[in-house]
Amino acid sequence: MPDAALLTLAAERVSGALGGAGGPDAILARRMQALSLAVHIPIVCFGIAFPAMILFVEGLYLRTGDVTYKALAKRWSKVAITIFAVGVVTGTILSFEFGLLWPNFMATFGEVFGVGFGLEGISFFIEAIFIAVYVYGWDRLPRRTHFLTGIPVVITGFTGSFLVMGVNAWMNDPVGFKVVDGKVVDPKPWEALLAPNLGHELTHMYFAGYMVAGFIVAGVYATAWLRGRRDLYHRAGLVVALSFACLAAAPQGLAGDWAGRRVAVSQPIKLAAFEGLPRTENGAPFTIGGYYDASDNKVKYGIEIPKLLSLLSDHNPSGRVVGLSSVPPGDRPPVNVVRIAFQTMAAIGTALALLSLLFVLTCVFRRRLPRTQWFYRAVVVAGPLSLVALIAGWTATEVGRQPWVVYGYMRTTAAVTRSDNLEIGFAFLVVVYVGLAGAVAWLLRRLAARPPETEVAPAREVAG
Amino acid sequence: MAEVCLALVVIGIAAYAVLGGADFGGGFWDLSAGGAEGGGHLRGLVQRSMSPVWEANHVWLIFVLVVVWTAFPVAFGSLMTTLAIPMFLAAVGIIFRGTAFALRGHAATIREARLIGATFALSSVLVPFCFGAAIGGIASGRVPVGNQAGDTITSWINPTSVLIGVLAVLSGAYLAAVFLAGDAIRAGQPDLARAFRTRALGAGVVTGAVALGGLLVIRSDARALFDGLTSGGGLVAVLVSAVAGAVTLGLVASERYGPARISAAGAVAAITVGWVLAQDPYVLPPSLTLDQAAASNTTLITLVVALAIGAIFLVPSLWYLYRLVLQGRLDQEFEPLHQRFQPIPDDDAGAPS
Repeated sequence: MPDAALLTLAAERVSGALGGAGGPDAILARRMQALSLAVHIPIVCFGIAFPAMILFVEGLYLRTGDVTYKALAKRWSKVAITIFAVGVVTGTILSFEFGLLWPNFMATFGEVFGVGFGLEGISFFIEAIFIAVYVYGWDRLPRRTHFLTGIPVVITGFTGSFLVMGVNAWMNDPVGFKVVDGKVVDPKPWEALLAPNLGHELTHMYFAGYMVAGFIVAGVYATAWLRGRRDLYHRAGLVVALSFACLAAAPQGLAGDWAGRRVAVSQPIKLAAFEGLPRTENGAPFTIGGYYDASDNKVKYGIEIPKLLSLLSDHNPSGRVVGLSSVPPGDRPPVNVVRIAFQTMAAIGTALALLSLLFVLTCVFRRRLPRTQWFYRAVVVAGPLSLVALIAGWTATEVGRQPWVVYGYMRTTAAVTRSDNLEIGFAFLVVVYVGLAGAVAWLLRRLAARPPETEVAPAREVAG
Repeated sequence: MAEVCLALVVIGIAAYAVLGGADFGGGFWDLSAGGAEGGGHLRGLVQRSMSPVWEANHVWLIFVLVVVWTAFPVAFGSLMTTLAIPMFLAAVGIIFRGTAFALRGHAATIREARLIGATFALSSVLVPFCFGAAIGGIASGRVPVGNQAGDTITSWINPTSVLIGVLAVLSGAYLAAVFLAGDAIRAGQPDLARAFRTRALGAGVVTGAVALGGLLVIRSDARALFDGLTSGGGLVAVLVSAVAGAVTLGLVASERYGPARISAAGAVAAITVGWVLAQDPYVLPPSLTLDQAAASNTTLITLVVALAIGAIFLVPSLWYLYRLVLQGRLDQEFEPLHQRFQPIPDDDAGAPS
């Protein structure tokens, strides 16, 4: 039963520009989109963080003249362009899916949020150009010029994520248009691009990018470390990647706190779903674990910590937190998915932050790397874990947005395609992505199998 | 403002047809290069020429998509649903092609290279065909406004679509042969240059013949499009394209590949412009005109301003890339694709079979 008329977002205010009803349920389309995003987002993390790591190592080479650094940077750059190539194609799939799966969303709101993607196209263009120049320019461009051609790749990794996050922030907290008689009018694209949610979403994602790319790369070298390969090449690979990851993991908690407080204001029902909070209350508790029972509208078998939720979301132990029953059940997201995803992310994030703290403190105060094998085993595990946290975080925010595609304005079911053959496309995509993952794994192993020295060996004579 | 945005779309499609098309054409020649031994040289050149540029070339497609969905959102929603099948196939083909291409550079044995290469080459034919077929569906008036309002099969399997799909594959092959002949000279491979010269001449003649014969197909299948192509601006563009194509044949025959690059690109760009002029004033003939399709003026102006700002950074970057490429400064060592694997190992355990 709704808590009075507390929230008005239930009003279905926009009718789709393509007319007609959408699909009866959007679940297959949502799964398809989620699958494609889950494939693409980890790649984006590498786009955000890897170029900076590579340039850092190349900078070490330029400063010290030690070719080991050059071998490492060159090897990483080859990995980067491969991942970038995969990102190009998976990103293309995404932009097709916007139209294939959500025609009415695009037709109705394209003019409001599209400019961000327009700029993202430019950013992506520049990224593609310079990553090619950088990778194919090794030993062909002057050393300093080569280093400089990497800088646009770092910048566009940021601007690209900035612009895409801008669109996502807008979907979660839409601004920059008016609704008159069910029609979207008076679009203000700049305002939409700088949606109020952008700050925390971008910061949170940016740190996540460094954590995922950093921990995964560090995990590779930690494995080598455990096998006793501790020469400069492996040591540099480990320390650089781990440092980037750890320096992002520590402030990530603050970004998460910021995000939580913003969500409490702009999407209170999403926050309620994070926590499975049934009713609006002052001094709300934080419940760890357990599961949400929709028939009772409460979390069962969880561990309740009094007042913690109010403290976290409002920085005030007796602050008011909106509960799920503020809106009719049809306007609530699937609570268990959102809640489990959120708790998974928060738990892994906390663990990674502690691991990072250990690393940073050991480096700063002992002036050496941690010695225990357990640390390196933890780093190996941290890579996949950070990936899980990333996907879980996205699940929390995107499933938490349901049932809306444009929060409070357009339901996902109104946006979806009328096509009833999505099963075929979905099955096809699953096969394609599994193949893609296999191919990339094969390729990276193949790359890693080559001794690093081959990266700096003089070019071999051309046969024939 | 709608016209400016349409012009941006046309520039994007033309650039993709030329640059992306040539990359797909590279795949076409790869597919038809013959056995591993005989085709190895040819494939090596394709690999070498495409490596630094294909990703940037591909971005033109993304550019077209984002401009269309921002400036002409209703048209985007309509065409992506009615043409969902060719669009989906193209997207999957793009995954296969891009991944296979990225992987092939790392193949360790001829068997791996062959498998990956076949994926690359087949998808290089599939993608331009699908895009061509989709354009054929739009141009012949088979894509109405609405959420999957048109027929999802006949909108892209029809005479005009098949014609334009085939033309897209052929023109890509033609462009690629012209470009690769020039690249072969730069790589110091006169034999390969001759091989691509022959292919360029052959593909040019076939493309021209299909295009001319195709006019009859369009005449019977899509009369409005035919009328547009044979009068006014459409006719001018068709003639420009025909002349540029013929000039290219002459330039290739006399082995002047530098100017041939430009005229070949001009031929493909002109026909793209011709298509848009022929269906003027419609974005989705015969129901949605440019003015009806256009987003609000604020959005259009914002988009144009944003892209203009972006162009300040993009244009010099593109210029830098193509300058480096055409000067040969990013050139890798030329390696015939089969020779890098010799001798063929007996036990390539990691190879997929």
